[in-house]
Amino acid sequence: MANWHRARFAGWFAGVVVLSTAIGLLGANKSESESHPAKTLNLGKAPDYGIAEVALINEKIRQGWQGQGLTPSAPATDGEWCRRVFLDVLGRIPSVAELQTFLADTAVNKKAKLVDRILGDDYVEEYARNWTTLWTNILIGRSGGTEEKTLINRAGLQQSLRRAFQRDVTYNQLVYDLVSAKGVSRPGDEGFNGFVNFLAGNLTDDGVEATAKTSQIFLGIQVRCTQCHNHPFNEWKQNQFWSLNAFFRQTRALRRHEGGRMVTYVDLENEDFAGERVGDKSPDPKEAATFYELRNGKVEVAYPVFVDGTPLANRSGYIDEVDRRTELAKLIVKSDQMGKALVNRLWGHFLGYGFTKPVDDMGPHNAPTHPELLDALAKAFKASSYDMKQLIRWITLSEAYSLSSKFAGKNKKDDPTLGEKPAFTHFYLRQMRAEELYESLITATEAQKARGGYEAQAAAMSGWLKQFTIAFGTDDNEETTTFNGTIPQTLMMMNGDLVQRATSTDAGGFLHQIAADPKMNNAAKITHLYLAALARKPTSAEAGVANQVMIARKGNATEALQDVWWTLLNCNEFILNH
Amino acid sequence: MNLGSIPAGMTRRHFVQHLAAASALALPAISFTESLRASAADLKKRHKSAILLWMSGGPATIDVWDLKPGAPTGGPFQPIATSGNEQISEHMPEMAKQMKHMAIIRSMSTREADHNRGRYYMHTGYVPNPNIEHPSYGSVIAHEMNEQSKNLNLEIPPFVSVGGGSVGPGFLGMTYAPFVVSPDGQVKDLKSSIGGQRMGERLQMLASLEKSFISQHSPGGDRTTAADDHAKILHKTVELMTSKQMEAFKISQEPKEVQERYGKTGFAKGCLMARRLVEQGVPFVEVDLGGWDTHANNFQSLSRTKLPELDKAMAALVGDLDERGLLQDTAIIWMGEFGRTPRINGQSGRDHWARSWSVVVGGAGMKGGIAVGKTSSDGGDVETEPYSSQDVMASVCKSLGISLATTFTSRNGRPMKIANSGKVIKELFV
Repeated sequence: MANWHRARFAGWFAGVVVLSTAIGLLGANKSESESHPAKTLNLGKAPDYGIAEVALINEKIRQGWQGQGLTPSAPATDGEWCRRVFLDVLGRIPSVAELQTFLADTAVNKKAKLVDRILGDDYVEEYARNWTTLWTNILIGRSGGTEEKTLINRAGLQQSLRRAFQRDVTYNQLVYDLVSAKGVSRPGDEGFNGFVNFLAGNLTDDGVEATAKTSQIFLGIQVRCTQCHNHPFNEWKQNQFWSLNAFFRQTRALRRHEGGRMVTYVDLENEDFAGERVGDKSPDPKEAATFYELRNGKVEVAYPVFVDGTPLANRSGYIDEVDRRTELAKLIVKSDQMGKALVNRLWGHFLGYGFTKPVDDMGPHNAPTHPELLDALAKAFKASSYDMKQLIRWITLSEAYSLSSKFAGKNKKDDPTLGEKPAFTHFYLRQMRAEELYESLITATEAQKARGGYEAQAAAMSGWLKQFTIAFGTDDNEETTTFNGTIPQTLMMMNGDLVQRATSTDAGGFLHQIAADPKMNNAAKITHLYLAALARKPTSAEAGVANQVMIARKGNATEALQDVWWTLLNCNEFILNH
Repeated sequence: MNLGSIPAGMTRRHFVQHLAAASALALPAISFTESLRASAADLKKRHKSAILLWMSGGPATIDVWDLKPGAPTGGPFQPIATSGNEQISEHMPEMAKQMKHMAIIRSMSTREADHNRGRYYMHTGYVPNPNIEHPSYGSVIAHEMNEQSKNLNLEIPPFVSVGGGSVGPGFLGMTYAPFVVSPDGQVKDLKSSIGGQRMGERLQMLASLEKSFISQHSPGGDRTTAADDHAKILHKTVELMTSKQMEAFKISQEPKEVQERYGKTGFAKGCLMARRLVEQGVPFVEVDLGGWDTHANNFQSLSRTKLPELDKAMAALVGDLDERGLLQDTAIIWMGEFGRTPRINGQSGRDHWARSWSVVVGGAGMKGGIAVGKTSSDGGDVETEPYSSQDVMASVCKSLGISLATTFTSRNGRPMKIANSGKVIKELFV
């Protein structure tokens, strides 16, 4: 029985492709027989910058359009594209200078040049900052480490992530470091290893959450429900959950106190694990078995077995014989599913929708929209030795990423907000994340010069973010945000401190400097604000309105600029990545 | 002139239009969306509302509403008699006095025992589906009560969530999104620091920018995008900034003894705010009480903190609504994601359990003082007809006079029946 499950499960890694391709074909046939006979589209060759992987993306995405009788929107303007790529790679909009440099570039491969630049040495700090923010949120959420009685040192995790992104470590290395991490959670202490903060808060309750989160984040497989029962909708079985869980049972988050009762830091270590006792039989450390209960009350045994069915040859719980968590880290980085899960996650990050929704719930129950592309990109990513910057380069230089966010062409039905599977015929509008807004306002108002060190910056942003974060206080550490396009966000944009600072007319500030700049006339000043906020010039009608404001403010240019600037920051075109 | 103060003798809408009229800009009057409604007299009509007391984390209902004294799964708590026919936990003495108004549905049986999935299912009546976002019950009721809200000239959002994130409006759109406020009643950043005329001019510019981006990104027809949503919320926000009804959030205006009756905790404040909002005509208020995920030390945390806090505030809410004559028109729902295991684990805790648990409802004409359904002697099974999230919602709809024949159309054109075709729980309406 157990073997049968294992074999069946091992099959799905391979089976995903076959199965979902079949589903994809069925879908395509259906829509063809409706009203859109497939026809060859008369599109020019999409630029691939001589990069095979970009060509591959373009080809596979176009195949999808053809299958569904769709035509894409026109390319986005250079300004739109530049704004988008800065937001998605560096977590902020471009400065006016950065934008103008790009717009002025006449080279055919100017986009490839810009991507190289922002992935290169000039921007290494900003790249590391943005991807540290993104991964901190993935690993511990926005509230992780901010509560009173927490085992997580948020700054510790951020420090280790930042160093990894500064050094541009490969993805498999990052995953290995996070899953196998041992050491002290707090920066500055002997034995410090910030990566321990990923698991530090997830080890209570026999490491159920460590199991669920590791699987979800690094393999794109959601197993949480199966801790209690076989999953009703996917292939996961309860025994697989507890077999995966067995890898974490040597791990202890040792709480360290300094004086008072509060935990000041955590030492994450692996220790000998004898196994669990059932009845009056003493556990055998050579087997180190764990047990779980079926719904009918029957008790079953579990030993470490990876999700693809690979068991650990030695079941021993003695740490000098087998370090189970390190073995798990090795199995994960060897698994093709790891690369696939990251490709899916990053595609979702850049295009607004992944190949599956959500990006971290993959499997036969949730067929990807572009299975061949997902597989091929995962393969190429692996061949690049899991070079994240390469993957980012391929996606950002693809045709799909270059398209306008307007509906145009024959693509009105390509709208995932209708529940349709994304075909990527246009860029999907999406709101900036709170962190992107924060960093964008700092860039746009050139306030970065006055910022403190990294830790002070992160603490300041974290303090500001708090107003939008609601933790549910449940064992899965889930949370939600009110920075979601609802009223609290709009009130903050209209009246809050952050925007008040960004629109301040104080001497020496951004607006004051522009107002006082003798090199720019009023029209040039208005244009500068439009470029800074929206990466485009005002239309003549917009320039006319801005002029009326100048008149209404009776020559007080600073106040008039303040009105225009406030308005730009509050408009949909600003807050929506488009 | 401050945007926050409306000149005497002027309605708020009139005022907003004035902002534009006084402007030096040659732009049309402010209109972010086309949803301007005629200003109606402030009618003090009877109106229906619902209050959801959301127990985030999944409460051990076996220790609150459906005790099993003496059973190995029963735990240390003893049942006590109430003003109704049902017994409840000894740690709920104040609620015991109010139980004549409330019904315990003891035969809840659901399938989602994961927090996220349970939260979604109990708030919407649907299991999560990657291709569609279902509206939460608060959004649905706010939507169905639209006519009533118009008649009451309601300016604050029709769905308010105090202290918790709730679940979003799904395909009903951002107009019906929960307005999330903190229990202290302070709405952050409500006041503008600049004068009314200047703000009016800014808003005019803003409206024209919004409109042009919306039209450039329109997919045509009635379909909307994130750009439309942004404009709608802007419109709603400007309304709030100029609305006197925002006073409803200020629980500090209540007499001291009323505040003391509810208690000092965030949940207590949320319950008091809920009453004030219901009086103002808000059709749906959700109040969050977290901390129920008691995998360890269940009994200690229930008896020392959770139940005393819940008991005082919930009893105050029920009693207060009743005394003011509002309970007959206000449905109250008490529930969480799921219940907790009858089995007590090694850390004196209870784990997630959806198969047999309780929900409590009352008010708006639902029969009080009863227990509906029955669980087995150890609490592990439902022995009578099992009820679901949909059935609770259908019953609440009935109590509010919302037709169960109501059908929505999701964004992809799929018809969706209100309460996902749940059935009214008959015992509540005899």
